[in-house]
Amino acid sequence: MSDIKKFMYVNRKAPYGTIYAWESLEVVLIGAAFEQEVSMAFVDDGVYQILKGQDTTEIGVKNFSPTYSALGDYDVNKIYVEKESLEERGLTVDDLLDLKYEDEDDDWAEKDSIKVVTSKELAEILEQQEVVLSF
Amino acid sequence: MSTLHTINKSPFDRASLQSCLRLAADGNAILLFEDGVYGAMKGSTVAELVEKALSNKTIYVLGPDMKARGVDESKLIDGIKVVDYKGFVELTVENDKVNAWV
Repeated sequence: MSDIKKFMYVNRKAPYGTIYAWESLEVVLIGAAFEQEVSMAFVDDGVYQILKGQDTTEIGVKNFSPTYSALGDYDVNKIYVEKESLEERGLTVDDLLDLKYEDEDDDWAEKDSIKVVTSKELAEILEQQEVVLSF
Repeated sequence: MSTLHTINKSPFDRASLQSCLRLAADGNAILLFEDGVYGAMKGSTVAELVEKALSNKTIYVLGPDMKARGVDESKLIDGIKVVDYKGFVELTVENDKVNAWV
């Protein structure tokens, strides 16, 4: 089957308080296994999902934040973070996980997966998608 | 009557923190836990509201929930106190009642 579609997963919820963030990540990894063109957006409280330094030892819940680092190996390397959402929360890109991928078209050079975009830019990216799944 | 107010929702997801700060009496204690811990961070659009409340209220944040979410103590608004589970229990005992802003 060569019916490849552009999938965008939009993440708008903080991790741990609800199951949305973890469910989204699972669905993204499943979707990627079907070799679709997958991208992700982190908007509103969704930006908290990819804060670095998460340690869930004391709350007895699985810390799934290291899993985001595996996305690059599944060719999920277009990760958009809305600038306005970061700013509203007093965050910068330095507060986020350092997500990388190896670019097979550029001698496997290691590149950043995360791209901070404005609301306007993200609106255009969303408009280009064929399937949008919101969590 | 001393009251402990608890907040477990992000201030950007719903207005529990904002409503609590508007309606809690001077001298009351407020504990931020679960997704409520995001309200304790410096530099956000709600930080000014929280800083103002600190002049006449005591604000606590639950350490284990901060750590889980990658919120480092260095990111907290000055004056907010970190408590552990034992501290949470003590706050519920010290106060006459608990008002949970779910």
